[in-house]
Amino acid sequence: MDDLRGRWLGEIAEAGDEAAIEDVRVRALGKKGEVALRMRELGRMTPEERQVAGPALNALKSELNAALAARAAALRDAALEARLAEEWLDVTLPARRRPEGSIHPVSQVTEEVTAIFADMGFGVAEGPQVEDDWHNFDALNIPWHHSSREEMDTFYLAAPEGRRPHVLRTHTSPVQIRSMLENGAPLRKICPGRVYRADYDQTHTPMFHQVEGIAVDRDITMANLKWCLEEFCGAFFEIEPKGLLRFRASHFPFTEPSAEVDIRCSWEGGALKLGQGDDWLEILGSGMMHPKVLEAGGIDPAQWQGFAFGMGIDRIAMLKYGIPDLRAFFEADLRWLRHYGFSPLAVPSLHAGT
Amino acid sequence: MKFTLSWLKSHLETDASVDEIAETLTDLGLEVEGVTNPGDTLRPFRIGYVEAAEKHPDADRLKVCRVRTAAGVKQIVCGAPNAREGITVVVAEPGTYVPGIGTTIRVGKIRGVESHGMMASEREMELSDEHDGIIELPSGEVGESFADWLAANEPGKVDPVIEIAVTPNRPDALGVRGVARDLAARGLGQLKPRDAAPVEGTFPSPVGVTIDEGARGACPVFYGRLIRGVRNGPSPEWLQRQLKAIGLRPISFLVDVTNWFTFDRNRPLHVFDAAKVKGDLRVHLAEGGERLVALDEKEYEAIPGAVLISDDDGVESLGGIMGGEATGVTDGTTDVFLEAAYFDPVRTALTGRALRIHSDARYRFERGIDPEWTPEGIEHATRMILDHAGGEASEVVVAGTIPETARSYAFDPCRLRTLVGMDVPEAEQRAALEALGFRVEGGQAHVPPWRPDVQGDADIVEEVARIASLAKLEGVPMPRPAGVPEPVLTPAQRRERAARRQAAALGYAEAVTYSFVAGQDAEAFGGGGEAVRLDNPISSEMSHLRPSLLPGLLRAAARNQSRGRMDLALFECGYVFDGGEPGEQRLTLAGLLVGRTGPKDVHGEGRARDLFDAKADLEAVLAAAGAPPRAQTFRDLPGWWHPGRSARLGLGPKATIGTYGELHPKVLEAFGVKGPAVAFEAMLDAIPLPKGKGPSRGALEMSNLQPVERDFAFLVDDKVAAQDVANAAQGADRSLIESVRVFDEFRGLEGGKKSLALAVRMQPKEKTLTEDEIGRVSDAIVAKVGRATGGVLRG
Repeated sequence: MDDLRGRWLGEIAEAGDEAAIEDVRVRALGKKGEVALRMRELGRMTPEERQVAGPALNALKSELNAALAARAAALRDAALEARLAEEWLDVTLPARRRPEGSIHPVSQVTEEVTAIFADMGFGVAEGPQVEDDWHNFDALNIPWHHSSREEMDTFYLAAPEGRRPHVLRTHTSPVQIRSMLENGAPLRKICPGRVYRADYDQTHTPMFHQVEGIAVDRDITMANLKWCLEEFCGAFFEIEPKGLLRFRASHFPFTEPSAEVDIRCSWEGGALKLGQGDDWLEILGSGMMHPKVLEAGGIDPAQWQGFAFGMGIDRIAMLKYGIPDLRAFFEADLRWLRHYGFSPLAVPSLHAGT
Repeated sequence: MKFTLSWLKSHLETDASVDEIAETLTDLGLEVEGVTNPGDTLRPFRIGYVEAAEKHPDADRLKVCRVRTAAGVKQIVCGAPNAREGITVVVAEPGTYVPGIGTTIRVGKIRGVESHGMMASEREMELSDEHDGIIELPSGEVGESFADWLAANEPGKVDPVIEIAVTPNRPDALGVRGVARDLAARGLGQLKPRDAAPVEGTFPSPVGVTIDEGARGACPVFYGRLIRGVRNGPSPEWLQRQLKAIGLRPISFLVDVTNWFTFDRNRPLHVFDAAKVKGDLRVHLAEGGERLVALDEKEYEAIPGAVLISDDDGVESLGGIMGGEATGVTDGTTDVFLEAAYFDPVRTALTGRALRIHSDARYRFERGIDPEWTPEGIEHATRMILDHAGGEASEVVVAGTIPETARSYAFDPCRLRTLVGMDVPEAEQRAALEALGFRVEGGQAHVPPWRPDVQGDADIVEEVARIASLAKLEGVPMPRPAGVPEPVLTPAQRRERAARRQAAALGYAEAVTYSFVAGQDAEAFGGGGEAVRLDNPISSEMSHLRPSLLPGLLRAAARNQSRGRMDLALFECGYVFDGGEPGEQRLTLAGLLVGRTGPKDVHGEGRARDLFDAKADLEAVLAAAGAPPRAQTFRDLPGWWHPGRSARLGLGPKATIGTYGELHPKVLEAFGVKGPAVAFEAMLDAIPLPKGKGPSRGALEMSNLQPVERDFAFLVDDKVAAQDVANAAQGADRSLIESVRVFDEFRGLEGGKKSLALAVRMQPKEKTLTEDEIGRVSDAIVAKVGRATGGVLRG
């Protein structure tokens, strides 16, 4: 019996392919196989003999079946391994290209600004970029002869006879007027968008972006304005808001009192750092809305008051992201767009950070 | 506006340092743009004393000096002829930068003798052109800073110049006295009285003045007087130095006087050479066309309504703007007629703008000078002329009356709290206003005549806040909506953002290009009319509002290609302009694909972009923007598209929501783009906003039954649209046919035919389909396609 087992296990181990395995199986376990023949002999045995030989034969049969299956699996594994070895690829070859797009800093920063002001209850208003002279100037307390009209480097459209030429809006402030006329008071809006001035040099482009903000209510004060701007700048630049801003008296026709707003900064080592040091950098203009502007917006200045501010979106983008040259914003150089642009998935939000 | 520290101090008694003054000015709203302090470059120079001077052993002209300095006794070799024992000198020690020679002093050997520094001349320190020898000081201690010595002994030589930006509302700060008044109100010193006793006239003025009735609005008042027997010539040194310090060229004393009052008191004056004035002066409005050669030697033609001052010879001066050359004062002038008048700001601005004259007088009159100081102004100027140039003054002639400026507004001390949010005691508020020249009486603040900008209660509050300092303002939280803030974006704003981020996610880089383009670029895309033309473009490349985003993107593509970027994907989302009226703008998103999908690669997948890339991206952007999934295709696009490879998608024949296709090769050539290029435009404004259906999605129906897919190949005429074939197939059984997909096209078959292969997917809902049922649907498809497009099933 031991001899039988040893022989067949040996043959199974030597079987080199599926066919050889099948051949061994037939010769050992097939109907006329050696084990089967031995099983047939059981009938001729004494009961005592049979009691010993029967289970032994059955055990042998099971063992050989298992060995056959194991051998077959081993052969398949070996074949697979050989195939996989054949299938070697140079994994350092470049991956398949995925197109990669980007969001312009102006769009990204506009969304950042919107997210922050939305949290303080400001909606977003928009308006036309070609404006009539009333919305761009008169309604903002800039009469037609005012010298600041000249200083604004206004772009005029060719005028048909008989009326003053329309302008490319020189600021987003006309949207203040339109929102007040549309919504009345109380009101909290920001108005981002393109504005135009006839100026082109190192730091000026004939088109740039502003965001205007207004809040009108019964008792809004300039102190509220300062808080609002501090909160904004703190959140936007991701620095401590307390003591970040400095107001200083100035003049805008549409606000009274008016203030230029400076942000604390340091130029140590030639690098600009916001929120530290003792230097100040002018960042925006603001003030309490002029009674005449409220009136032009259809709001009674005896009942309501409000603040307004305006800042350059491109400018705060440059400050936050360290972008050196304003002109490059509008040149659409792919290298620049890639470097300063943002992933389409990086949607600004307050909970994830702007 | 520039002035020197000593000029300011002639109006303001103060011990404040120049830094303190500069900081305060900026805080008060008179923003300091720069302080130039000549003392700064002199800071390292110190005083020394020459103890001994001997001839250099090897050079006749050099002396070897022993000089006592801050750092002890040093040997200095010097070539100045006046270098000698016993003089007090200015020493530049080794390491000092000497501005006049642009060199840093080092220890060195001069002809074999060591020299430890330099003794300086005035020119070497850029104090003057004096270079005959080294400076010899009449006083001074060894080691003392030379800058300090100058400040104490010759302050004019180290007088810091302060430049401020004056906002248009503050004409009073265009005079040094107005600046001093602001500083005094802040408490930085005392305003000095600077009165001049009136000069009694000794004879009637031979030149009379009248103002035409019609010109009284434009020139309400004119004071004049003749001073005879003056000696004109160069101004005294202090006056020349003050004018030079602020960048003015001294001309002659009489002219310098008028310039000096312009800056000292914001009181422009004019002087006529009385010998050249014929008869009396008459102030009148121009009819238009009158000619005058002004003091800048240019000839001007008056516009109707300009204020002119004429004598019997004709026009002699542009009132409030510039005098005429013919009656101008020269060094030889002996009789001078002095003018102090008031000109209306608006009229002055209009004339100045039309004639393009920028003068200091115009700048001030158009912002508004103090009309009430007119009589005093003429007395101050008379006094100054008599003091320096001698002569005898006539009586003053006056035409017109000083315009009324008196007005008052409520002074409510509580407003500072309720409008600005600052607490300042009432007495302090009142004191600030009074220091600025307001008279506070019975709850009213009466405005001084030099403050034309103050026009209401809010201005009164602003003055108080400004003097109290806005830097002290503390932020106070605004009331905020309780709870979670509501979303603020409108559906249109949300849609714009989604479309933009979708385009970027598809691989496009977002560009922001100018809203104006060159005229020919606009024309190439159907724009460029007169209505969208800028009257004053900054260049011919930026002359017209853009009719489409594509010209800007094409120019950007050409620029990138010229830098070697041949394959690119750019998009922009912004407004385009259909006309020149407010509101004639549309929000669109355009994408431009140029070149191949990518560079050559190991996977062999790069290929030229085609219109189906643009179509896929357009469909994705439209979907992101919430456009309905099914739109009609129209092939009637304008000429800047490839006529056979472009289309628009519309929700009706007119309601275009998108265009896509290949751009016309001629357009690409005109823009310098190496093509081919495909593009799309999504008209975001044209997409209807979703009706408010709420966030619920509706129930999802999913069948567990096996779908069946069958392929059909149809022979159709070459120009039959695949979409029509697919739509016809779909229509064969709307409930059973889930989708129809065109999966193959083979063109160029016999008889102008092509083959289109369709995969039709049928989804049973109630029971599994039998072969019979499938057969019936198939027959219906074949019949429907045949009827709609003439297509026959390919055998």
